[in-house]
Amino acid sequence: MFDTFTLAPLPPEDEAIRPQIRAFIEREIAGMPLAKRARTWMGFDPEFSRALGREGFLGLTLPKAYGGQERGPFARFVVVEELLIAGAPVAAHWIADRQSAPLLLNFGTEHQRQKHIPAICRGEQIFCIGMSEPGSGSDLASVRTRAERTPAGGWLVNGQKIWTTNAMHSDYMIALIRTSGSAADRNAGLSQLIIDLKAPGVTIRPIVDLTGDAHFAEVFFENVELGDDALVGNEGEGWNQVVAELAFERSGPERIYSSALLLDAWVRHVRAVGRTDCAALIGRLTAELATLRAMSIACTARLALGESPVVEASIVKDRGTSFEQELPVVIADDLAAHPDEAVDPELYRTLTYLTHISPSFSLRGGTREILRGIIARGMGLR
Amino acid sequence: MNELLEPFVRMLESIAAPAAVRAVEQGGSADAMWAEIAVSGFLDALVSEEQGGAGLSLAEVEPLFGALGAHAVPLPVGETMIARALLAQAGVAAPDGPIALATSAVSGQVVPCGLVADHVLLDRGDALALVAAADLQVAPLGIHGALAARISWQDALSGAVLPRPADGLRPVAAALRAALIAGCAGQLCTMTSNYANERVQFGKPIGRQQALQQNLAVMAEDMIAARIAAQLGCAGGLDISLAAAATAKATTSGIVPRFAATAHAVHGAIGVAEEYDLQLLTRRLHEWRLADGSEGYWNELLGAKRLESDASTLDWVRAEVFA
Repeated sequence: MFDTFTLAPLPPEDEAIRPQIRAFIEREIAGMPLAKRARTWMGFDPEFSRALGREGFLGLTLPKAYGGQERGPFARFVVVEELLIAGAPVAAHWIADRQSAPLLLNFGTEHQRQKHIPAICRGEQIFCIGMSEPGSGSDLASVRTRAERTPAGGWLVNGQKIWTTNAMHSDYMIALIRTSGSAADRNAGLSQLIIDLKAPGVTIRPIVDLTGDAHFAEVFFENVELGDDALVGNEGEGWNQVVAELAFERSGPERIYSSALLLDAWVRHVRAVGRTDCAALIGRLTAELATLRAMSIACTARLALGESPVVEASIVKDRGTSFEQELPVVIADDLAAHPDEAVDPELYRTLTYLTHISPSFSLRGGTREILRGIIARGMGLR
Repeated sequence: MNELLEPFVRMLESIAAPAAVRAVEQGGSADAMWAEIAVSGFLDALVSEEQGGAGLSLAEVEPLFGALGAHAVPLPVGETMIARALLAQAGVAAPDGPIALATSAVSGQVVPCGLVADHVLLDRGDALALVAAADLQVAPLGIHGALAARISWQDALSGAVLPRPADGLRPVAAALRAALIAGCAGQLCTMTSNYANERVQFGKPIGRQQALQQNLAVMAEDMIAARIAAQLGCAGGLDISLAAAATAKATTSGIVPRFAATAHAVHGAIGVAEEYDLQLLTRRLHEWRLADGSEGYWNELLGAKRLESDASTLDWVRAEVFA
């Protein structure tokens, strides 16, 4: 079962990027406090993203003809791994670099590619993904936001998206929208459209989360007029395009490292106070991290072969987010099991931030239950 | 499947069908089965080509270990491959029969396949000793179907002596157990999802129930984690790093309780029936989980080693596990 999902090495030429990206990160975010770093892909810093672009750390999987580095998924794995382990603020380029640019490369027109991909590789165009709606979460095929053809050949969009990560900071949204039929037609009649978020009729309201941050937003479309170049790929093919896109979102190391800097900070604490009573726990977490890393590299190897490893990516994401969510739970218990031990306030803030935000880890990019359904189908069930 | 694994699997399918496994477990002779394996040449897979072996690496042989686990082979085939490689390295002539691995220096330890081994390669603590089973007390465990034995001795150990690897025999034995668990888990995953597709309740296959699908998906995740951890453990050669062995064995042993429980839960009552093949595999999973250190043993060891270093977790695993 899943016979091609096996251990794969990181090619040495991709591993060779590590010292460069590490030096860049150390230079750019030295002194950033731990709890701020814990935001990682919620951390928004457009100047940081543009600097990454200048240094050639964006567009690693994209062709040189469109401003990319043409290095492939393994190079991206190394760069992303270093960014996440350090807790670098990557939100300003994250979605565009990971999903939007590959989507446009695969399905976009030449005009769309030229307009967006080079700018994404420079860290200058920020994208968000419009999927969820008030009545449409895991049941994505039930989206109600509609686009109708205008006499001029363009599109008129009406509806609402919600929980859209970074919408208030983004230049464009690639939205999954109904272009024909009704909700009863399920995934038929859905299309992906690029929406310029500065267009008249677009209203964006940030939503504050339980940590006090506002990383997502609701977005309203009221008679938003788009040109005929707004459609990505084929009309009515939006569902299949989204499924292919989600494999990019689910397979990366971002699904195992969201709490990794908490693990490191806790290990530093344990070493500083000279305790060894939690060695077995540290060993278990270390083994799990090593195994997940190998699984994520194995999944990257399928991407590098040009496959769309939908099931493999779901396995990595479900297991990876479980690990990310377990870390604050067990670390909190360990620290509070030693009430007479002083804990650095920054460690405590980071721990609490991750405790509160970690439920979102297994929601964003597809819920645990949806992913397990995908895996079950891959096993031949249903 | 590659040109190495395919003939090996074909051989196992012909000599180690479930009926043959049961016959050996019930005290029947394994001589004919062993003769087929010995003549195949696979026992010297890890022995260098200069010494007449196939010169394969542990990573290349790992899928064979997995196949042994998937077929519940009732003989210490992987153990003998490792023992023959270590004996050849030391210039000690290997005996013909099956060799079990004993990774503790303590008399009274439980050794997998101890009842069907002619020799035991035993880690004395200062050296490895190849001891004839006849020179040891080999006692059955009194567990239905078990081929593991409790081995003990009173006097000094007899037999050829060879150098002990820096961290002893346990890391490589643990990597073997990890691969056996992973292969066995792969077979159980296939068996269990097939059963879920066939068994009809409430008018439809139980595999169409979301509750079962969720549990089976977790089973697949555990199976993949076990496979990849076992491959990590076997990636570095016979002189295996302690951290890689620990990662492999802690992860694979760690999946066993939940994994075996789900396999049985999906099968219902028939899964615990002697005549049904599921138990041939799940009994072995539990045995291998405990053999050569459980997840608790390896987690403790891995954690203690990790705490010696001030490196980040990523850098530490890159250096110690992925090296």
